[in-house]
Amino acid sequence: MLDISDIKTIEHDVLIVGAGGAGLSAAIEASGQGQSTGIVMKSLLGKAHTVMAEGGMAAALGNVDARDDWKIHFRDTMRGGKFLNVWRMAELHAQLAPERVRLLEEWGAVFDRTKKGLINQRNFGGHRYPRLAHVGDRTGLEMIRTLQDHGIHQGIETYMECTALDLLKNEQGAVCGIVCMWRETGTFVIFKAKAIIFATGGGGKAWDVTSNSWEYTGDGYAMAYEAGADLMDMEFNQFHPTGMVWPLSVKGILVTESVRGEGGILLNSEGTRFMFNYIPERFRSETADTEEEAARWLAGDQSARRPPELLTRDVVARAINAEVKAGRGSPHGGAFLNIATQRSAEDIKKKLPSMYHQFKVLAELDITKEPMEVGPTCHYFMGGIKVDSDTTMSSVPGLFACGECAAGMHGANRLGGNSLSDLLVFGYLAGKHAAEYAKGLRSTSSFKTNDASRIIQHATSILNREDGANPYLLHEALEQNMQKHVGIIRTKEDLDIGIREIETLKEQYKSVKAKGASQFNPGWHEALSMRNLLITAEAVARAAQLREESRGAHTRADFPDERDEWLQYNIVSRKGSDGKMELHKVARSAPDPELERIAKSTIDNLEAEIATERGNA
Amino acid sequence: MAKRNFKIYRGDNEKGEFVQYEVEVAEGMVVLDVVHRIQAQQANDLAVRWNCKAGKCGSCSVEINGKPKLSCMTRMNEYGPDETITITPLKTFPVIRDLVTDVSWNYEQNKKIKPVKLAPESKTEKGYVMYQKDVERAQEFRKCIECYLCQNVCHILRDHQKQDKFIGPRFMIRAASLEMHPLDIEDRIPEIKNDYGSGMCNITRCCTDVCPEHINLTDNAIIPLKERVIDRFYDPVTILRRKIFGPWKKKRPPIKN
Ligand code: SF4
Ligand code: SF4
Ligand code: FES
Repeated sequence: MLDISDIKTIEHDVLIVGAGGAGLSAAIEASGQGQSTGIVMKSLLGKAHTVMAEGGMAAALGNVDARDDWKIHFRDTMRGGKFLNVWRMAELHAQLAPERVRLLEEWGAVFDRTKKGLINQRNFGGHRYPRLAHVGDRTGLEMIRTLQDHGIHQGIETYMECTALDLLKNEQGAVCGIVCMWRETGTFVIFKAKAIIFATGGGGKAWDVTSNSWEYTGDGYAMAYEAGADLMDMEFNQFHPTGMVWPLSVKGILVTESVRGEGGILLNSEGTRFMFNYIPERFRSETADTEEEAARWLAGDQSARRPPELLTRDVVARAINAEVKAGRGSPHGGAFLNIATQRSAEDIKKKLPSMYHQFKVLAELDITKEPMEVGPTCHYFMGGIKVDSDTTMSSVPGLFACGECAAGMHGANRLGGNSLSDLLVFGYLAGKHAAEYAKGLRSTSSFKTNDASRIIQHATSILNREDGANPYLLHEALEQNMQKHVGIIRTKEDLDIGIREIETLKEQYKSVKAKGASQFNPGWHEALSMRNLLITAEAVARAAQLREESRGAHTRADFPDERDEWLQYNIVSRKGSDGKMELHKVARSAPDPELERIAKSTIDNLEAEIATERGNA
Repeated sequence: MAKRNFKIYRGDNEKGEFVQYEVEVAEGMVVLDVVHRIQAQQANDLAVRWNCKAGKCGSCSVEINGKPKLSCMTRMNEYGPDETITITPLKTFPVIRDLVTDVSWNYEQNKKIKPVKLAPESKTEKGYVMYQKDVERAQEFRKCIECYLCQNVCHILRDHQKQDKFIGPRFMIRAASLEMHPLDIEDRIPEIKNDYGSGMCNITRCCTDVCPEHINLTDNAIIPLKERVIDRFYDPVTILRRKIFGPWKKKRPPIKN
């Protein structure tokens, strides 16, 4: 029997899991509050998925179009999320984003500038005005490097290449620690903390075609779930409309929405600019209906409406999917995305340098001359750990969550650019409130040693058993299953099959076996993350089966429309007392009437109202 | 599909060997794909770092046939069909296992660099005011993805192991990105000379050649920093140059091309 007292323990007031934009923002704030702060990450510092974010961070700075205002950003966000967003979170986000972006500049970020020398902002899908603060098409890199370089001077302890396995709770049921494993040596370590913040990102690795890296295995969802926390809105998985489709080995890799923001158009194999045929009723009055008007918009005519390529991601992804299904796809099963005919080669290289480079190297294609081939790729989880809007605390005391792993902010569909700003805003709020929570506790509390042994034994048994299922093959089977049965267009029949298959894989997982020793053993790491992927996949598939409507990123072919009754519920999954996953339809609380009024007013009325307000000020 | 031969270093810092693998390679594959295929089919415990697979995170640096490269951005068709491809870990850093090296020394260097400090008077209600042409120099250096290929290739670190005297080209450009930030008012010139070791670099430009982000490390960052050091510490050459051309401009306004 293993002796827990042999395992090294490290203590902090606040411990953060995940070092992307949200985790680093949280760490900076928590340590700024004088709390001893540690941050655990699976990769090296500065490599988290945030570095791949390209387009920018949305904030109503009003630097390019002075008419912008938090209220309009809020309205755009709610409409993009099909009104399923947690109202208060969308409000906080729109209100706090500008000051967080400016703070990033203070910490050394060097954004692209307007002519007047302010932070420049670009257009993006679903945003009424140019709103995305950016640096070419490498905004995520700028964000993570700025936070990283600022953070290293704040006394934050970083624990790199360290995988979190499961949470520990005290007698009262509050989170008080977490068992982790050093990837390099395979040895275990226990972190004790007064508060733990998850900033673990999403779980796109459950699908075959995804823009996510190996890290995205739903660790936060699964660990929170195992600790008894509620997961919410897990059926909402965003398929980004433009991933690379060729060569096969890079299938799924992201092609930034900035390509469309900078004027890129989508064409089918017949050369038709098909997005004009897919404008939803709700957006009709705000979308250009002729190529001529779209061209005027691109040229800067403020009276012209936005081109349909900049409709929200769910709409564009479904449109591409439909074109391919109708036999009008590109040679490798996507659509053509063309910027070459819309902008000069010089402009393209300047505004989209990493896209230029990516296609040149990976596909041997010059985007200043030829169209790209693109198709939908699993990109982002709107759902996740259910949190309190203001404090970001989950339903388990002492456990906080922010960034992609938290639910609520984006509703049924996230707008591009709202993710980076989400990381800044809710990372900050999580750091602040976790620090306050920690200040209220005199010391860390002790965990139940049995729990720690159980977690460690589960991990080592994967290496120790004689024989068993190959983790790589299990993962591949899960990816195929999710792609096929829990994909962009869903039906009850498919979801039934998908869930059955997940159950089979769960059985096989019980005997998963990794070969080799415990040091830097990718097979073992893969096996450990499979548990998390399976829980994540199950939550997604079951919630998708329960929600009998199509809303935002969740599309049911058997229920093709939004249904008002479903707007009243979130789907919450949690671990039942029998160890099985339970799903609940939970009624949403009524919105603040003022917020509801803002979100539902016509754009003209809202703009007039803001203009009057400012005139009076 | 065609069968191709690979030799990969397996082992740690003390002992190791080259192991041969034969792999089916499909059209469009990059070297990292091959490594993954070997990992999935033949050697589940083959250690390798990667994240983005698109040249954006700088995790997958290795040496391919002796050349330091990002394995995710190196296409298989760069090599002849019969060529055996040898993959080894970065030479300058201690091997943890197989293709994974201990790059923690780099993180220590970064901590030595004084953080940004912006001139408070340039702050307005709408943020700081600076112009595109003035931020471009700093932006060039901020493209760095921390792949450490330049650190790996610089002979001061690779061959002479002067890790205690030189922070390496990656951190010289980080210092440069701050020194050339149009609104930064911190002074790092003494540290650049004394602690970062600007005098160690003898301008071989190997770092520039290897940078996957095409940052012109040597000419745009290291040489200007060396000049600022010389300027500050009154090198006789500069004194002579001053006599002829007049004094160098002080730090503000920022140096432009
Ligand atoms: S130019 Fe200087 S820093 Fe770059 S590789 Fe040569 S000696 Fe090293
Ligand atoms: S400067 Fe270039 S080579 Fe050096 S670490 Fe940065 S990206 Fe890599
Ligand atoms: S995996 Fe990110 S640069 Fe190669």
